[in-house]
Amino acid sequence: MALEFHSVTKRFTDNSGTSLTAVQDVSFDVQEGEFVSVVGPSGCGKSTILSMTAGLYQPSEGKVLVSGEPVEGPNSHVGFMLQKDLLLPWRNIVTNIEFGLEARGMGRADRRERAMAELRHCQLDGFENHYPHQLSGGMRQRAALARTLAIDPEIILLDEPFSALDAQTKLLLQNSFAGTIAETGKTTLLITHDLGEAVLMSDRILVLSERPGSIVAEIKVDLPHRDQPLKRRVMPEVGEYAAQLFKHLKLEEKAA
Amino acid sequence: MARYKTTLASATLLVLVLAAWEYLPTALEVPKFIIPTLSDCLVELQRMWAYEQLLGHTLSTALFTVLGFAIGSLMGAVIGYLLGMSAFWEKVLSPYILALQIAPKVAFAPLFIMWFGYNSMPKLLVTVLIVFFPVLVNVLQAMRTVDRDLINLARAYNLSRLGIFFKVEMPSTLPNLMAGLRIASTLAVIGVTVGELVGGNTGLGFLISYGGGQANAAMVFDAIVLLTVIGFVLYSALVRIEDRVLHYLPKAEQ
Repeated sequence: MALEFHSVTKRFTDNSGTSLTAVQDVSFDVQEGEFVSVVGPSGCGKSTILSMTAGLYQPSEGKVLVSGEPVEGPNSHVGFMLQKDLLLPWRNIVTNIEFGLEARGMGRADRRERAMAELRHCQLDGFENHYPHQLSGGMRQRAALARTLAIDPEIILLDEPFSALDAQTKLLLQNSFAGTIAETGKTTLLITHDLGEAVLMSDRILVLSERPGSIVAEIKVDLPHRDQPLKRRVMPEVGEYAAQLFKHLKLEEKAA
Repeated sequence: MARYKTTLASATLLVLVLAAWEYLPTALEVPKFIIPTLSDCLVELQRMWAYEQLLGHTLSTALFTVLGFAIGSLMGAVIGYLLGMSAFWEKVLSPYILALQIAPKVAFAPLFIMWFGYNSMPKLLVTVLIVFFPVLVNVLQAMRTVDRDLINLARAYNLSRLGIFFKVEMPSTLPNLMAGLRIASTLAVIGVTVGELVGGNTGLGFLISYGGGQANAAMVFDAIVLLTVIGFVLYSALVRIEDRVLHYLPKAEQ
């Protein structure tokens, strides 16, 4: 199993001392090579799940296992990407991609070779010497994906990586991400509030409730073309899956 | 074209001001010891060069400006970064830093003379003190606002504390550090001048108080102009360094 959550609860204490439960008793697992999305209303603890997987903080109760090992801190088994590309503006694209390799005692030449390979993988040939501000938002996210893939993580965590992009760029980038991820066969956990995106890109979708977040539904997306969301997009079943998600999130009740 | 226009306008303005300086005082019968004309000042400059060791005084002031600036900004940056890495010490020390920052640094000059005598030490100390704070405050402010997600990313990549500092925090704060240095460079000239005005017998500040004592306004004018030149050169050098170091920042189209 690539990723396991065993009855995980996370509480935060804010400055005034009140305790706040972000997620409650969350259990799920993700198979190797699987693409799982987590959807839910804003503030439901989606990002908390991601941060615990990345080892940025520990659960208050329960266990998080990556490849069977408990997560005890930030580690190289997990690569994460946020809505912000987090590229270092003072570095060019290729050295940005190398960033994650620098604490590994890897030789300079090996690092460059690895980074250039990922650069090609993410269709950024010819842009290695550009600086982030010279690239479009979509290209910057592709560079961030290349940086994430360069460390060869066992799991890729994507925290709403497409939400800051315009509609067209978003579709193209979803397609290119899905293709690249399918090629590498990486296990992926996508956090998103875009229900369509979840249906187009995933094998399975976990629906979280409002805070304190807990899993209210698990939907298996039984559709082909996971590696090509643009093809999946035109399939009639997509609407049905989205409708199911709608129901679980009780969006109609809220609208009323 | 627009650039050419502004340069032309600036140059025209300069000529007009210089002409007014040359001819207005005589026309309005303002005595020479109140406002000396441009030519008076140039003549005085020649005399100072020949008889008052102008070159030596200018070099001394320039040297202490640069020295004070270098020491003060280095200390400001180092302490700023250290405090920026320790939330605890920053909280403990911040009220004192604020108090020292508000205290008028030039007022320390007489005290330093009492402590160290009529030598170069007091003016160096005043300069270091006056330069220190803007650099410290800018660095500290920038350290507080470094993107937490970037630091988390570096942590996830197993970078050490020192690695995070040199690869993320230090470069992130560079624009603010450079801004602090630019402010500090203009203050450095003030520090040296005050130090020289209050005590000692070298430097342009000394020439100002010496010229003032003799009612030699032209001498004071000349010294002020030279001090401005020193500050301007230092500032311009910093702007060039900044352009080099921060080359990756997108520039607004001119």
